[in-house]
Amino acid sequence: MREKLLELKGLTKAYPGVVANSDVTFTIGKGEIHALLGENGAGKSTLVKTIYGLVKPDTGTMLLDGAEFRPAEPKAARASGIGMVFQHFSLFDALNVAENIALGMENPPPFSDLSSRIKSVSETYGLPLDPARIVGDLSAGERQRVEIIRCLLQDPRLLIMDEPTSVLTPQEVATLFDTLRLLSSKGTAILYISHKLEEIRTLCEHATILRLGKVVGTCDPRETSARDMAEMMVGSKLHTPTNAGKKAGEVLLELKGLSAPAPHRFGTALKSISLSVRSGEIVGIGGVAGNGQDELVAALSGEMGTGAQMIFLDGRDIGAASPNERRALGLCAAPEERNGHAAAPDMTLTENALLTARTRKQLTKNGFVDWEKAREFARDVIAAFDVRTPGPENAARSLSGGNLQKFVIGREIMQKPRVLVVNQPTWGVDASAAASIRQALLDLAAEGAAVVCISQDLDELMEISDRFAALNGGELAAPRPTEGLTVETIGLMLGGAHDMEPAHV
Amino acid sequence: MDINPILLLAALMVASTPILLAAIGELVVERAGVLNLGVEGMMITGAVCGYIVGHGTENPYFGFVGAAFAGAALSFVFAALTQFLLTNQVATGLGLTMFGLGLASLIGQGATGSSDLIVGKLNLPIISDIPVIGRILFQHDPIVYVSLLLVAGTWWFLSKSRAGLILRAVGENHDAAHALGYNVRLMRVLAILFGGACAGLAGSYISLVRVPQWIDGITSGAGWIALAIVVFASWNPWRLIAGAYLFGGVTVLQLNLQAEGLKIPTEYLSMAPYLATILVLVVIRAGRAPGSLGKSFHPSS
Repeated sequence: MREKLLELKGLTKAYPGVVANSDVTFTIGKGEIHALLGENGAGKSTLVKTIYGLVKPDTGTMLLDGAEFRPAEPKAARASGIGMVFQHFSLFDALNVAENIALGMENPPPFSDLSSRIKSVSETYGLPLDPARIVGDLSAGERQRVEIIRCLLQDPRLLIMDEPTSVLTPQEVATLFDTLRLLSSKGTAILYISHKLEEIRTLCEHATILRLGKVVGTCDPRETSARDMAEMMVGSKLHTPTNAGKKAGEVLLELKGLSAPAPHRFGTALKSISLSVRSGEIVGIGGVAGNGQDELVAALSGEMGTGAQMIFLDGRDIGAASPNERRALGLCAAPEERNGHAAAPDMTLTENALLTARTRKQLTKNGFVDWEKAREFARDVIAAFDVRTPGPENAARSLSGGNLQKFVIGREIMQKPRVLVVNQPTWGVDASAAASIRQALLDLAAEGAAVVCISQDLDELMEISDRFAALNGGELAAPRPTEGLTVETIGLMLGGAHDMEPAHV
Repeated sequence: MDINPILLLAALMVASTPILLAAIGELVVERAGVLNLGVEGMMITGAVCGYIVGHGTENPYFGFVGAAFAGAALSFVFAALTQFLLTNQVATGLGLTMFGLGLASLIGQGATGSSDLIVGKLNLPIISDIPVIGRILFQHDPIVYVSLLLVAGTWWFLSKSRAGLILRAVGENHDAAHALGYNVRLMRVLAILFGGACAGLAGSYISLVRVPQWIDGITSGAGWIALAIVVFASWNPWRLIAGAYLFGGVTVLQLNLQAEGLKIPTEYLSMAPYLATILVLVVIRAGRAPGSLGKSFHPSS
């Protein structure tokens, strides 16, 4: 047993209408990598915010090194040696790395000293970073390094990491894990929140599982299977998506030499992509983010204009059709970024449902919105996809990331499209919800739809797709049947993209 | 043509000062992420209060201080509404301008007549007597230099000090600043008060030095120009001087041309400064607005 660092005793926090944490008790040892597991909305975020001083518990106490610990604000928590890396980065785009780091410190040294300290810490932990760069220009992995270094500079005893790998490439994940193991060996405890159970199995030595705000179990993730952990989180048997062994029918969507210039400075040009997707089939497209995924979705959904004779639906050229015309013809799409792209954050779920489902669900009558029908449709999506929200009149912004993801994917699937294009359908979604989204995609295909699933999660693609193709630098390799492919061969298919090798975790 | 370029340049600095003062205040407000469109209202309230206090105490410097307090007081109304009651900043700012114009008119009912208060000019031995440069740069009233010092101080504060860094962080991403434990509302209220004080001081400079008397509507849109110049300067204090001096320069030039009886309808000359400012605004469009500019913030999480 490790020496106790932080003890939580009976923490309870209720919000109007929902108990976020109920009598949560567990202990984190010194230098321990401790996983906190739970579905979306299980109360993990509230709990770590309590430890970090952003939320005050209604009842319960915390002991740090045996002494009572009651941080009134993050400053106090930081002073006691608690560091936190946020799920949504708490960085300032217009400021440079050193300024961002200084903002997270209580008594930052002068900038010249700070820069040299940043350099030395980044070398110690293998996190290369230039203090003078503007944060807005950094990649997701580099931005995370800024947050981590910000915490490390204060010699934390406990580092809280909320979904740190959801935006990282596999290679970046491997680097991060090396850093975390090094930290742990130097005595820093880590409280690690993630939905990726395989990651937790390789990294963590202890796990506490939350369900509906309560601790429902603990385990040693090194000796527990991902499936068992997922079932503890859900509280019931985990349903594995089943492929109903359907037959591929006629070609519904066909791309013939689809080319398009990069839509903006940081975009990727699409280079002569050819692909045909049949009825009843799921084609999985893998590749590291930024290789043309967003552009491909935009070209297919109609958001980005393309030339004639490139995109065919039922043999008909739809290159010039608007997104709504495409929906009318049966092609729906769900882009990746849920806040601001797939959903309008400040509008209600009903309004968001109306935005894409107007045509196919006939939610307007004579040019007027049929609110009753729109609300009903939103309610159906919420019920069918188990979206945790008080109701369809809540703003999209108020939902947690995973729940909103379920809503935007469900909204498209419930329209019964003939062709569905999804990008990262289970991003940030917990294991059981991800399984149900995958099942819904499989069911849709079984009913005769053609599905294009773009994802960075290779396991997901292996699980649901019939054929797999790699997207690399805007070029799509010829798809191959998924049966018989292994993650290793896929890694090779991504030719040159050695990043895609599964992180050796 | 006998426009004296030395006098013209000297007059330029005086003409630009009220705009520069109001703009530097608004720049700080916007860098904190708040858009206060009430500059015109705060300026004119400052103008009338400065005039009355200055004459009541027979000391123009008390007038300046009083005007700054009046501007800050009015801006506190804006701060309370937008930061605590979370009203829309654009609507509240426009309301503040209209309220300020009416309020100033009401306060200034009896305050007529031109100002006979003397605001001393700088008179440094040797430096003020340097030919040309001395006349242009070193023979002005203290407020001209105060405005330039304010710009330099603001630059230093924003780019070098810890508090300035926090202020920029609050304006850039208020949610992140809050998550790190900074008091977003307090920072914003302080910035708004500073902006109000600067606007008030700017107004009193018009009624005590530049014109100098109280007339209804005396600021005649200077507050709006100040707002525009903040954008033109892409929220950079040094570029603010360029913007304000450009506007002031064209204003003085066209006044001189009018006096010369140039054969252009005076309406065209009068619109020249505004036109020049708009043109420059359109041509030079650099820099990015603070990320949280104009967005309401509520510390709930």
